[in-house]
Amino acid sequence: MALDSKTEFKYIGTRPDRPDGMDKVTGKARYGADAYAPGMLHGAVVRSPHAHAKIVKIDASKALAMKGVKAVVTRADFATDLEGEDWDLLENTIAGEKTLYDGHAVAAVAATSALIAKDAAKLVEVEYEILPCVTDVDAAMADGAPVIRDGAADHSVPEGLHPNVVRYTEFGRGDVEAGFAAADLVVERDFKTEAVHQGYIEPHACLANLGADGKGELWCCTQGHWFVRRMCTALLGLETTQLRVTASEIGGGFGGKTTVFIDPIALALSRAAGKPVKLVMSRSEVLKASGPTSSASMNVKMGMTKDGKLTAATAVFRMQGGAFPGAPMDMTTMLAFSCYDLDNVHHEGFDVMTNRPKQAAYRAPGAPMGAFAVESVMDELCQGLGLDPIDARLTNAVKEGTKSSFGPRYKAVGLIETLEAAKAHPHYSAPLAENTGRGIASGYWMNWGGETSTSLAIGEDGTVQVGVGTPDIGGSRASMALMAAETLGIPYENVRVDVVDTASLGVNEPSHGSRATYASGLAVIESAREAITKLSKRAADKWGIDAEAVEWRDGAAHPSGPNAGDFTPLSIADIAGEMGSTGGPITGHHDASPTGFGGSFGTHIVDVHVDPDTGKSTVVRYTVVQDAGKAIHPSYVEGQFQGGAAQGIGWALNEEYIYDDDGRLQNDVFLDYRIPVASDLPMIDTVIVEVPNPGHPYGVRGVGETGITPPLPAVACAISHAIGHRMTRLPISPPRVLRAIQGKGIS
Amino acid sequence: MKYHTPATFEDAVGIAANATGVTRFLAGGTDVLVQLRADIVTPDDLIDVKHIPGVRDMTQNPDGSWTIGVAVAGAEMTENPALIADWPGVVEGMDLIGSTQVQGRATLTGNLCNGSPAGDAVPGMIAAGASVSVTGPDGSREVAVEDIPTGPGRTSLAKGEMVTAVHLPARGQNGGDAYLRFIPRTEMDIAVVGCAVNLRVDGDTITEARVALGAVAPTARLVEDAATALIGSKLDDAALEALAAAASAACNPIDDKRGTIEFRTHVAGVLAQRAAKIAYARARGEK
Repeated sequence: MALDSKTEFKYIGTRPDRPDGMDKVTGKARYGADAYAPGMLHGAVVRSPHAHAKIVKIDASKALAMKGVKAVVTRADFATDLEGEDWDLLENTIAGEKTLYDGHAVAAVAATSALIAKDAAKLVEVEYEILPCVTDVDAAMADGAPVIRDGAADHSVPEGLHPNVVRYTEFGRGDVEAGFAAADLVVERDFKTEAVHQGYIEPHACLANLGADGKGELWCCTQGHWFVRRMCTALLGLETTQLRVTASEIGGGFGGKTTVFIDPIALALSRAAGKPVKLVMSRSEVLKASGPTSSASMNVKMGMTKDGKLTAATAVFRMQGGAFPGAPMDMTTMLAFSCYDLDNVHHEGFDVMTNRPKQAAYRAPGAPMGAFAVESVMDELCQGLGLDPIDARLTNAVKEGTKSSFGPRYKAVGLIETLEAAKAHPHYSAPLAENTGRGIASGYWMNWGGETSTSLAIGEDGTVQVGVGTPDIGGSRASMALMAAETLGIPYENVRVDVVDTASLGVNEPSHGSRATYASGLAVIESAREAITKLSKRAADKWGIDAEAVEWRDGAAHPSGPNAGDFTPLSIADIAGEMGSTGGPITGHHDASPTGFGGSFGTHIVDVHVDPDTGKSTVVRYTVVQDAGKAIHPSYVEGQFQGGAAQGIGWALNEEYIYDDDGRLQNDVFLDYRIPVASDLPMIDTVIVEVPNPGHPYGVRGVGETGITPPLPAVACAISHAIGHRMTRLPISPPRVLRAIQGKGIS
Repeated sequence: MKYHTPATFEDAVGIAANATGVTRFLAGGTDVLVQLRADIVTPDDLIDVKHIPGVRDMTQNPDGSWTIGVAVAGAEMTENPALIADWPGVVEGMDLIGSTQVQGRATLTGNLCNGSPAGDAVPGMIAAGASVSVTGPDGSREVAVEDIPTGPGRTSLAKGEMVTAVHLPARGQNGGDAYLRFIPRTEMDIAVVGCAVNLRVDGDTITEARVALGAVAPTARLVEDAATALIGSKLDDAALEALAAAASAACNPIDDKRGTIEFRTHVAGVLAQRAAKIAYARARGEK
């Protein structure tokens, strides 16, 4: 759908209160664990304490004998004919022959209370034969590493690699050797990042009710309930539409709630017990057995002339995604050099299995690691050649028509605009205090369209209800209401937006890929336009003129001109009040897989102070500049910018999955899994750049993911400048910084 | 699990002495309840001490010393200006524990008896020269705070014994104390290194000092060599250097998810110097 000619907006770009705000601040909002049903049972999951072990025997007789216990399920209670990704999903949901990571589900219990279920889970006796394990990506690729699953590799993997390497990619163009030869400076560095968790505050929770007739209902906390429906019905051997899934309010997802972990188990327990079953993960279960992101081991080499022109770039990304294929090395390789216009470029990617939980999406999956390596090398090149880091980026920045490092030519994009806005921002020229460094980095996420279905219905009083299928993870109900209001010409307050269940609309992909405001928004606009056509027809019929002679503006039907006739305009309320007798309900509907999504570039500036005696880093100033295309609700755009920066800062400074030699997770609580707390962060300043996306009526680009891509390199570069040592390994924790300051290396 | 609400320390001690399984005393519960929910410890007998009269009292005695009940919460200490004026280091150690909500429950005694080497309230108490009253089946005794912890999660309290009050000495003239901890974040974290310094001055010269370290050994510990480095000095560079060296030398830490041996050992010296400067300024009446 093309960009509208409309440039003046009445509602879009304003900042009304979000419709879900009152419920959330008063505690009325219902999250995953807030669902109850008559006769409801509570579930508990039996989890493997071993990183890698053969399951010899499961004996649930003692648990089943306990008063109040109604059912125990194991792998035998799920579908047996699965293959490919569905088999992987099931294997991750509940172990088959082997447990593959610390916390892998082995069995589950349903009982009349949560306490009984928890106690009964301890009585399920599982006999294990412990196998050697590996959790580090480089170790997992080395000769002699324990094999997680033989035969898991696909056809892309060259001969001679370890069986834990399950996918391989290699692509590029030009002559990189000639390019490096033409450079005045070539920098090559190795980098490592650790696995991190999305850190959503709400643990996974669901309430399942599945009958012996194969019909069921599921209430759960998810970013995409149609995905949940498809996955759960596949894993349980059900017909897709016989399961109705309702998404609760969601306390954070960031990609981690686009798949299933406990929902199929709750359904299996419900089917076995004949009762509704509620299942809620503890924080420890979330950290051990949901889907953190990949860790990465990387090598990046780039060449630059003394004028700042990049001559060649190569990258190797080795990424582990847990005990299953799926580490996002394809995205990492695609986007690593996405900011730069390169004639000579080459990428290699390895998807490696380890004894860790199956990775899930995390905000711009795969992109932050690549940006960390590439932007760090870019910074070092600028430092070595005495170039301003923004000027050097402007010299190489992609723009409309540039052939991207991964192939396609860019449509209208806003990298140059974000760089120019960053350079003009007072932050960039502000003086720096002692022991403080400044980091600059850019980043990109290409965004997504995806299957989308929305509906809109006019109420008898002329107010409007909108049904969307993309759960509201960042204020999207407000944005949808603004787009509907703008299109219909009625006040924002007259539009109610609900995230409706899977029985109410066609298939919707999750709120992922920064697609909700773009794709559901586009569909809402089209739904509103369809309703306008019908409203106009009703007015035309009443006036006895052609529908084409009716013009819709300011929320009312008007005769399009003097030739159409002299009629008093009919407002939406006027038409709605009579619709029962003029043809029945008036609705609009739109289904699409829109492909006009537009990517978003961002540039971040950060100042970090480092305590030279302790190595402690403090982020003292942070500015996000990002292209939103068109900011529908600027506050929630800014919120996305700030949230991405906050999570990226955590990833850069302190967050990491720490496993011991036996593959047991050492930090499965928020005390030791150190996400930033509010007092760790300065107020994060934001600048919204608007280069309209030509593929959306109002120019919207998704903004959710780009913001986590620049912080890793920006923070690392700031610290590197503050201490005079290049930091190439995350997290840049105080012990690592202190070692660097003391000249002991950074490992 | 049996939950008890004794009305006297004698009853509480009796229950504990006769218990046959795992026993825990419950004051604020900010450790016990967390451990219970995390399946770390499931007590057979849980003895809630909050129903014993006087446990919420915080009293300044006629001689200037303080008696702090075993259920006095951190938030009550941080809202007591007289206590803060006397022992700011002790109070700031307590204040660093947990969130605002946790501050409404957490206690000095609980932090001590939990036995964590990283307990933030413990080094301040040790540096202050605090003691605790201990009551058990065989009677009562006074014990220096530094003699309570014996290892991670372990204390010198015998079966059936419990702490019944904390005693802080009279502050006296020209004294000051301070506590600093290192965490990678700003809040909601656990000490990677903690250091408390308590000293007294005569003019510019330090006449008395006690230095305690946390999170760098199996227990919080009193570091006498560090105190020796301070006494007689005017906190000059040489004294600070000697102080840091003594603090680092007293470390016997572990490498773990929270910090490395070399990091903890180095930062113990850094924090000792910084805490000493604050305590020195306070002793001299500077803010």
